[in-house]
Amino acid sequence: MIDMLLRNLDTALLFVFAFSALVGAALMLVLRHPMQVAMALISTMVFLGGIYGLLGVHFIAAFQVLIYVSAVMVFMVYVIMLLDVRDVSFTRRFSPWLAPGIAGGALLFGALGYGLWFGVDQVASATVSFGLAQFAAAFLSEYWLQFELTSVLLVAAVVAALAVIKGSRRRDRG
Amino acid sequence: MLLLLAMALFALGLVGVIVRRNLLVMLMCMELMLNGVNLSLVTFAQQTGTAAGAVLVFLIFVVAAAEIAIAIPIVLVLVRQRRTLDADAYMDLNG
Repeated sequence: MIDMLLRNLDTALLFVFAFSALVGAALMLVLRHPMQVAMALISTMVFLGGIYGLLGVHFIAAFQVLIYVSAVMVFMVYVIMLLDVRDVSFTRRFSPWLAPGIAGGALLFGALGYGLWFGVDQVASATVSFGLAQFAAAFLSEYWLQFELTSVLLVAAVVAALAVIKGSRRRDRG
Repeated sequence: MLLLLAMALFALGLVGVIVRRNLLVMLMCMELMLNGVNLSLVTFAQQTGTAAGAVLVFLIFVVAAAEIAIAIPIVLVLVRQRRTLDADAYMDLNG
C-alpha cells in the first residue's frame, strides 16, 4: 500500500494540490473578511506553485511564489490592513447580482467543460519537458519585443499610479 | 485534469467578481482568474513541449503586477472620497 503510494507520489500530490487549490478558490467566494479571502487566495497560489513544481517547470513555480505571493499579495494584505472599512460590504457580502452571477458562472463552466470534453482532447500530449536554458534562449531571442513591451507597460503603470495619487492630492488641496 | 482545474478557477473568479460587494475582494477574484489562465498556459506548454506558453506566463505575471499597481491607488482614492468599499456606492461612475 505504502509502496504503491510512494511510486505514485507525484500523481497523488498533484491531486492533493489541485483539490486544495480548488477548495481555496471556493472559500474565496464565501468568506466574509477581505483578509480571510486574501489568505484563501494565497493558499490557492501556493498550491498552484506546487502544481507547477510537480509539472517540472520549477522556474515558474519559483516566480509564482516570488511575484504573486510575496509581491502582489503582500501589497494586497497591506492595503486590506490600511482600509479596514466595516461598511455595508462587510455586513452584506453578496451583491444583488448573486443569482445571475452564479447562473452565469455555471453556464461558463458548462460551456468551457463542453469545449474541453469534445474539443481540445485531440491535442497531442507530447509532454516533452523543456528546461530553463531553452526557455531563456527563446525568451530573449524570439520574444524580445514582447519583453520590451511589458517593460514599457510597467513604466506606464508607475506613471499612472503616480498620476492617480498626485491628482487626488491636488483635488484635496483645492 | 489540470485544464479542468484551470477552467474551474477561471469560472470561480468570474463568479466572485460578479457576486461579491467588496472592491478588494473583487480585485482578488480577478487575480484568481489570471491564475487559472496561467495554469492552462503551463499545461499547454507542457503538452506541446514549446516555450511559448511559459513566456506568456511570465508576461502575465508582469501584467498582473502592473494591474495591481494601478488598481490599488484607484481604490485608495475612491475610498478616501466616499469612505466605503461597497461597489454599489460607486454606481454613478458608470457612463
